[in-house]
Amino acid sequence: MLNQYGYPSPEQVKSKFPSLEILVKPKAIVECYEKIPCNPCSTSCPFKAITIGEDINNTPVVDFDKCTGCGICVYSCPGLAITVCEVLEDKVRFKIPYEFLPIPKQGELWHAVNRKGEVIGEAYIEKVTLTPRQDKTQLVQVLVDKELLYEFVTIRSQDYE
Amino acid sequence: MILNRDLVIIGAGPSGLCAAKMAAEAGQKVLLIDRNPQLGGQLIKQTHMFFGSEKQYAKTRGFDIAKKLIDDVKKYPDLVEIWDNSTVVGLYSDKVLTVLTGETYRKVQAKAIIVATGASEKVLAFENNDLPGIYGAGAVQTLMNVYGVKPGEKIVMVGSGNIGLIVSYQLMQAGVKVLAVIEAAKVIGGYKVHASKLRRLGVDIITSCTIKKAIGKDKVEKIVTVRLNEKWEEIPGTEKEYEVDAVCIAVGLSPLTNLLAMIGCELKYVGELGGLVPVLSKDYETTIEGVYACGDASGIEEASSAMVEGYITGLAAAKKLGKVHPQYDELMVDLRKQLDILRSGPFGEKIRKGLAKLEGVKEVC
Repeated sequence: MLNQYGYPSPEQVKSKFPSLEILVKPKAIVECYEKIPCNPCSTSCPFKAITIGEDINNTPVVDFDKCTGCGICVYSCPGLAITVCEVLEDKVRFKIPYEFLPIPKQGELWHAVNRKGEVIGEAYIEKVTLTPRQDKTQLVQVLVDKELLYEFVTIRSQDYE
Repeated sequence: MILNRDLVIIGAGPSGLCAAKMAAEAGQKVLLIDRNPQLGGQLIKQTHMFFGSEKQYAKTRGFDIAKKLIDDVKKYPDLVEIWDNSTVVGLYSDKVLTVLTGETYRKVQAKAIIVATGASEKVLAFENNDLPGIYGAGAVQTLMNVYGVKPGEKIVMVGSGNIGLIVSYQLMQAGVKVLAVIEAAKVIGGYKVHASKLRRLGVDIITSCTIKKAIGKDKVEKIVTVRLNEKWEEIPGTEKEYEVDAVCIAVGLSPLTNLLAMIGCELKYVGELGGLVPVLSKDYETTIEGVYACGDASGIEEASSAMVEGYITGLAAAKKLGKVHPQYDELMVDLRKQLDILRSGPFGEKIRKGLAKLEGVKEVC
């Protein structure tokens, strides 16, 4: 599926999520399924929570005990393959990387989009950060419905045709 | 009049710049020649973050890597002389180069030469492939990312290697609709993280599919695609039309070895490395003593490998001319290890196969 269409199977996606008990705190979901020579997620983590090892072709392994969900890896991943996820009472909070215009604004409602690019619901924009350290990759914090936990991956402007 | 220079590096892309930096660090005088007004080669159009490790500037955007590499060589103004806007038009077996800068034609006698000329894009044969609006991916990146010009409004990308996927993403960022990425092979060619970035934007990636023809009067207006079977034969009845005003072709690169052929280096056809490539020693020396080749000119790979090869070649060429870098041995060990790691994963398999074929040639010689 991934090799042919560019999106992972639901099983692949779920394999990257820790249990719901762990997700009561924000944790990095690293969707890196393929051995490629790359390791910025690991070297950028201030808590040494992501391990790749000396062979940079290894896929990353997240230690959810160490991960604080800070989001530094989200904008450090050249493949934009990392989000941070936190399960709340009836919503899920995500921090996602975003590299498009217009820049979302706090309080706006955007489309919630799945890995196939389909609109699956609404995303409430809680916060947008763009510091020089992020090097032009915006970090967007959103709230989506809880049932979208394993579905949601990005946002799209409701004005986009 | 003939100008005398010690080490001449042809091409100031990632590989040539890294070669110049290392040679200068060793104390070697360098003449760095590039045909473009801006140094940096393809890096100046790369707006995405690079892969690899920190040593190859991973997570830095390509155009920022270009700035760093240019700064590196400009730290040695007494050692590195730069001729930009200058095309090497001839390379002769006595190491004489002829160089055209605007209307000025100069002859240079070199003691050693590094050819880091990069690559050219492969083209694809289909009906009306010469209609205006049909671009190579390099041209699309130059228009968009160097000059800020949109190549079209509705586009189809042909080829799903890393270049096809990355340029599609950049087109979407620029507000161009990418209707589909088509790929003749059964699976996506590039990194799946790049494919997933596109797919979540709603871009269709269609494998086992190629472009059959372009239609249009003065420029491309439509294209017809067709699905391919296991034997890469067209499947009748699977044709599909797309209304487009541009098509981008990203079907691979070929090493630019014209100058190497002119000087008489031994070349060998290795499909895995992109076509004709020079037979090289471990130090990137060709079959002509004192003539080196590195980067895409010696075989198509990622820019991260091109940089590392450049460092190795710069060290080796400086040593040949009597300037041994104080950390020569340690650097060589580390750089070769970096290359091995970059080539060790599944994506390096093709490169490893290609290099093994070249290795075989050397043993025969």
